[in-house]
Amino acid sequence: MTSAAASPAVAVDTPRPNRIPGAFRAYGYNFLAYKRTWRGSLTTTFLYPVLYLAAIGIGLGHLINNGPRRSVDGVIYLWFLAPGLLAGTAMQIGANESTFPVMAGIKWLKTYFAMLATPLEVTDVLYGHFLWILTRVALASGVFLAVMAAFHTVPSLWAVAAFPSAVLTGAAFAAPVMAFSATRETDQSFVVLYRFGIVPLFLFSGTFFPIAQLPGWLQLVARCTPLYQGVTLCRGLVLGRPGGWVAAGHAGYLLVMLVGGVLAARATYRHRLVQ
Amino acid sequence: MSLYGPLGVSTSGLKTDAGLAVLARGLTKRFSEFTAVDAVDFDIHLGEAFGFLGPNGAGKTSTMRMIACLSPISGGTLQVLGMDPMHDGAQIRSRIGLVPQDDTLDLELTVRDNLYLYGRYFGLPKKLLRERVDQLLEFARLTERADERVDPLSGGMRRRLTIARALVSSPDLVILDEPTTGLDPQARHMLWDRLYRLKREGVTLVITTHYMDEAEQLCDRLVVMDAGRIAAEGSPRELIEKWSTREVVELRFEPEGHEIHGERLADLAERVEVLPDRLLLYTDEGDATLDAVRSRGAPPIAALVRRSTLEDVFLHLTGRSLVD
Repeated sequence: MTSAAASPAVAVDTPRPNRIPGAFRAYGYNFLAYKRTWRGSLTTTFLYPVLYLAAIGIGLGHLINNGPRRSVDGVIYLWFLAPGLLAGTAMQIGANESTFPVMAGIKWLKTYFAMLATPLEVTDVLYGHFLWILTRVALASGVFLAVMAAFHTVPSLWAVAAFPSAVLTGAAFAAPVMAFSATRETDQSFVVLYRFGIVPLFLFSGTFFPIAQLPGWLQLVARCTPLYQGVTLCRGLVLGRPGGWVAAGHAGYLLVMLVGGVLAARATYRHRLVQ
Repeated sequence: MSLYGPLGVSTSGLKTDAGLAVLARGLTKRFSEFTAVDAVDFDIHLGEAFGFLGPNGAGKTSTMRMIACLSPISGGTLQVLGMDPMHDGAQIRSRIGLVPQDDTLDLELTVRDNLYLYGRYFGLPKKLLRERVDQLLEFARLTERADERVDPLSGGMRRRLTIARALVSSPDLVILDEPTTGLDPQARHMLWDRLYRLKREGVTLVITTHYMDEAEQLCDRLVVMDAGRIAAEGSPRELIEKWSTREVVELRFEPEGHEIHGERLADLAERVEVLPDRLLLYTDEGDATLDAVRSRGAPPIAALVRRSTLEDVFLHLTGRSLVD
């Protein structure tokens, strides 16, 4: 044994790996994995919007448009529904991609641990995956908007701004859900999250009908939900009535949720992955 | 084929420098109340194959994880490749190849993709990486399965792939946590052969195992860990000389009679160990001891004289009680 003072191995003069490329290196994993398995997500990304818009927007919309009220919120039902579904879909993709894939990274495939044995840091792993989720949300939102245009439900140029709004909605859900998923031992919790969180939000946040239809106190609850912000923001933009400060409020709400979620995820990822 | 170029020197050119790969003084790891590694000291020299032996829960994996900069130390000093894991974790990891106890391969992706992606985590340029991946496929004898998914591969193939993956960055230090656990003998021998080749190329190997033959085969030096402490340290030969006798006489009597025979024969050997199924007499002259046993009457049903192995040292130091 040599003494502690003896010269140890030589340090080498290589620069500390850069943080931002680190996240992109982790992102590369998801990108390649998706290139191999993208067929599986075709239905959720491409087919569902068409099916929803056709069945509910056109089918149910026909009944509503020919009913006593003739319109919803001043427009035909399909126009009302489509931007709501856009935000709802962004939320669903954001949440989906932040639950089971995070569990896979930690427990099933342990891809996170494979990354952490390399120069990548915990934050690289987190941001890389988060960027990938944003990509998936953006892809789905872009396709949805294109389908909406094909259904002639995009009357205003403001709709271009609905794209980042939808991505923001998905991101605002993805970040805190990632933080949550990193604390879970089994995927049972995700079922609960869906049953009592994502599905009720999807149904009652003004996606399918104006929240004015709800009883008074539930209206207040609905107004405070995160998806309501995304739905209202996207609907306003798509229908060409962006809404000024109110819209900024909705966006601010989602931004706070995004930033808070990312901070929480940094903590839960570190706690889970570094022991 | 050399994975490190014609001179067997890694890209950073450090192989020939004298020095330490790892230096640990009072190294400690605590998980809340539980102390997994309890103030251990050891040096690992560049270019040597160093083993950590010990029963389950001895602290081997915790020590490995600290060296690999995956787990922060709770106390003491640790230097890896001359750097401090607390501050230079990413830089150290860029020069380490880790073979974890559980494979962390992506089963959905192909063999080639697994290697390629891992190299990308190190930021290796694509062109260089493609060449290295081909070399590593050859090294791990997986070229023919390169474009198949990992999922259907056998345990031995997956292990070889994990080892190949750990080499993608031409590391100076390769850490292998129980590399052959769960493999059949053929697969183990093939892995050993690959590890010999790495050793010949001057790569520092740090290996944990609870297979004594593996430690004897591969390790230049090793420590035996028990309950978070280092119980003994040295080369396999030194350990056997220090902690065991030259030979061991194994005797088998009627079942249930081993206690009594153990007491009866105790003076014939330096040390007697009573196992449920046999009696071990530790002695320097096995044949002479066996003759003495026979001359006392009540001969054993079966008898065997053999050389001491690392396993005798290990069991002597860490006890025979079952550890879960």
